[in-house]
Amino acid sequence: MAKLTFKTDKCKGCGLCVDACPKGLIKLASDKINQKGYHPAEITDESACVGCAACAMMCPDCIIKVER
Amino acid sequence: MAVVFDKPHALTDVPMHYCPGCTHGIVHRLVAEVIDELGIEGKTIGIAPVGCSVFAYNYFGCDMIEAAHGRAPAVATGVKRSDPENHVVFTYQGDGDLASIGMAETVHAAARNENITIIFINNAIYGMTGGQMAPTSLPGQVTQTSPYGRDTDHCGFPIKVCEMLSELEGPEYLERVTVSNVKNIRNAKKAIKKAFQNQIDGKGFSLVEVVSTCPTNWGMTPQNALKWLEENMLPYYPLGCYKDRSAKEETK
Amino acid sequence: MADKILMKGNEAIAEAAIKAGCMHYFGYPITPQTEVAAYMAKRMPKIGGCFLQAESEVAAINMVYGVASTGKRVMTSSSSPGISLKSEGLSYLAGSDLPALIVNVQRGGPGLGGIQPSQADYFQATKGGGHGDFKMIVLAPSSVQEMADLTVKGFDLADKYRMPTMLLADGTMGQMMEPVSLDYEITSTVDKPWATTGTKMEREHNIVTSLFLKPDELEDLVIERYERYKVVEENEVMYEEYMMDDAEICIAAFGIAARVAKNAINEARKQGIKVGLIRPITLWPFPVAPFKKAANQVKEIISVELSMGQMIEDVRLASECKVPVTLCNRTGGMIPSPEQVLEAINKANGGAK
Repeated sequence: MAKLTFKTDKCKGCGLCVDACPKGLIKLASDKINQKGYHPAEITDESACVGCAACAMMCPDCIIKVER
Repeated sequence: MAVVFDKPHALTDVPMHYCPGCTHGIVHRLVAEVIDELGIEGKTIGIAPVGCSVFAYNYFGCDMIEAAHGRAPAVATGVKRSDPENHVVFTYQGDGDLASIGMAETVHAAARNENITIIFINNAIYGMTGGQMAPTSLPGQVTQTSPYGRDTDHCGFPIKVCEMLSELEGPEYLERVTVSNVKNIRNAKKAIKKAFQNQIDGKGFSLVEVVSTCPTNWGMTPQNALKWLEENMLPYYPLGCYKDRSAKEETK
Repeated sequence: MADKILMKGNEAIAEAAIKAGCMHYFGYPITPQTEVAAYMAKRMPKIGGCFLQAESEVAAINMVYGVASTGKRVMTSSSSPGISLKSEGLSYLAGSDLPALIVNVQRGGPGLGGIQPSQADYFQATKGGGHGDFKMIVLAPSSVQEMADLTVKGFDLADKYRMPTMLLADGTMGQMMEPVSLDYEITSTVDKPWATTGTKMEREHNIVTSLFLKPDELEDLVIERYERYKVVEENEVMYEEYMMDDAEICIAAFGIAARVAKNAINEARKQGIKVGLIRPITLWPFPVAPFKKAANQVKEIISVELSMGQMIEDVRLASECKVPVTLCNRTGGMIPSPEQVLEAINKANGGAK
């Protein structure tokens, strides 16, 4: 069980975190647009997240906080 | 719950201006994490280059100086020598800055074994000016100023900085890393940490070349840019340690 | 009063700099100023300072930029072609409001020119040390003693106004030996809260930069800088007047040219010609007032220069073209003789006999 916090307004929607997640739990929210005009990243099933922080490590804008 | 990952302290809250998926942000974070872990933010002075990372001075929480194009190693030399005991000095430079206009400053700082840390971003292109041919652009690479592909008969070959500097007696540590995936990011951080630790230990000139992407000017998605990096850049710029004087001496 | 010692101009600069608390020097060999570097190379290691021979003049001025960013006194020296290379760094120093002392022991130009003395970098020093809107304080010594005194003064002014200051000498002054007293009491210390010396985690980070992409912000900064320049113009003008009280002819000359001119003036006075000298010591800020005054007193001003006539433009501006301003000059490394200047004085006095 882990907790992910996204600084959604800083997300540029590059999707590097999407590819980094070994469990495929992250997607770009196609139904949301942030201040910058991007579809921000979000986690689909937090209960399945083990908190490996791979997504956070790939994120160029340092928007993901991981707790475990 | 414990925090296992968050923004390092040495990185400010200022949103970075880099394009989506640009690996500059990853490398900035690694440098900041290392500064945090070594507890040196209060004595570190960073030198920003001219190029895409010109605004690096806004993103690092330590004192920062903006240098003229290519001159960061000379500026760093001044800063370091003004107080060698108390200043930890790093430059953060791109390929055009470090390997073209600033080549003399780079080579001579290395030859002097200047006790500084250099983070060298090699993404084979001039990013800030909109994608012109860099000293490290690959043979055949299409850029704005090599629209038919880099013709090595006409404009010569890319410069392999780590290989070239490794021929010098001077430098302490030269390593080429990349940030194309989590494993490589971990290795990159190790190298960056070593490059700072070397300075703290007084060992001298430590340069980490980070093979990086430029999705915008390469004309690719961030994902494809990382793939292109692994398939095209890494064969030409092999990862690894090109010089580590202290390690070599220990094994003797 | 300390004893006087016999020193070369270039060495006097170096020792005076050390006396002024400059512990960092970066340079690159070039005639006719290399003695500065050689002296620093000898002295700095003995006093815990730093002498470093840079890979180029460009690198040297950027090392200066680095030390200046940390708030310490620092200098470089070169000669004309080398100063051209440093002009990038001069612009950045000015654009980042950093104090530093830059010495130019001038030689003939343009291009590689020659190695003999010259004053042909007057424009470069006073009008355009590099790209952009900026000024440097420019000091012109006329003796070995002044080489030393103005070096110390240069550091003080640079610190006080946060700007690069240039000591504009020439090959003659650099190579000449004269008795000099180096008895300085350095008291002025300027607080430098902007220096990048590490935050110690006690303050926000300092940023030294000359980059301001928002045009209104850059305009404000440049205007603020020019307000500071105005204060320099009001407070820091230095010049010498020689026999100007009753002068009917005025000579304008600085540096070595002023020494030649004095010889000619002494000779002319023996012949009964009332001639005097205004010698600018600060070339920027230029001593406008004495020339403005002279224009209401004399019938002609003769600008004696080791160039094709550069300072003459400032003399004309300052004297508001009220009287003819003529040129008496040599260039390319040649020096006007006292006889040549005397001839010019005679001509101004009503024609050579």
